[in-house]
Amino acid sequence: MNLGPYANFILSAYGAAALIVIAMVAWVAIDHRRQARALAELEARGVTRRAEQRQGGTTSGAAS
Amino acid sequence: MPLIDLANPTRFLALSHRLLPWFAAATAAAFASGIYLAVSAPDDYQQGATVKIMFVHVPAAWLAMGCWTVMTIAALGTLVWRHPLADVAARAAAPLGAAFTAMCLITGMLWGRPMWGTYWVWDGRLTSVLVLFLMYLGVLALWRTVEDPSRAARAAAVLTLVGAINLPIIKFSVDWWATLHQPASVLRLGGPTIHSSLLTPLLVMALAFLLLFVTLHLAAMRNEIMRRRVRTMLMLQAEAAGH
Repeated sequence: MNLGPYANFILSAYGAAALIVIAMVAWVAIDHRRQARALAELEARGVTRRAEQRQGGTTSGAAS
Repeated sequence: MPLIDLANPTRFLALSHRLLPWFAAATAAAFASGIYLAVSAPDDYQQGATVKIMFVHVPAAWLAMGCWTVMTIAALGTLVWRHPLADVAARAAAPLGAAFTAMCLITGMLWGRPMWGTYWVWDGRLTSVLVLFLMYLGVLALWRTVEDPSRAARAAAVLTLVGAINLPIIKFSVDWWATLHQPASVLRLGGPTIHSSLLTPLLVMALAFLLLFVTLHLAAMRNEIMRRRVRTMLMLQAEAAGH
């Protein structure tokens, strides 16, 4: 494939687009891992939301 | 499942969990097809091979405006209908919109230097897209500044609705003012003016970018719901510790 005299500009544009896409995917994946870990830690400590307590009929944890 | 059921975050989490792998696979397949078509597309008779930059620049520009449109609809959902997922949708879309706008600006500058002889001109189209990027940063800053998510959502919704005025300005800037930027050549009343050999890869890449946005938006909305659950649980824990 011959990209002509402006190959650097074309490759830079695709490189920048790829970097931004990778950054978006990484942001979503890292954020998911962080929130899932925080939820798991709180649940392991017995903390539940009021809605969950109503559904499950539990009174455990800090929610009162 | 009635659409209104999706207003329930728990049901949304369950449904989005099932949908996400399919959207991710469709995104990967669309990008594979789009990049293949972009690589094998012929050179433009005036732009040469730099026309290939259009295959990422134009979809990014459409999504830059599309994300703000999603946020505007969500802002109405927050302010008028108080839909439980509306501010979640808006908050999840804002960083993605900022990223697509940055992509649009960077790829546009890299196309402009060889074609126009300059990276940047302060004309109507480029300046209004830069304003859109700054508005995304403003909304993101607002979300971070106000601690209570529901108060932040209302403030961000007002800013989003005001900022929506910029969307028709971006779209029609090339018609209203003298500008280096070419007029619309795909989304226009008389139909596209681009030859099918270049239009097909452009539309396939646009589909790939759209699927990417839907996938990332669903995933980011799930993260936002989880973040709010963590916040609620921490508050309940602190409340219980105070008793």
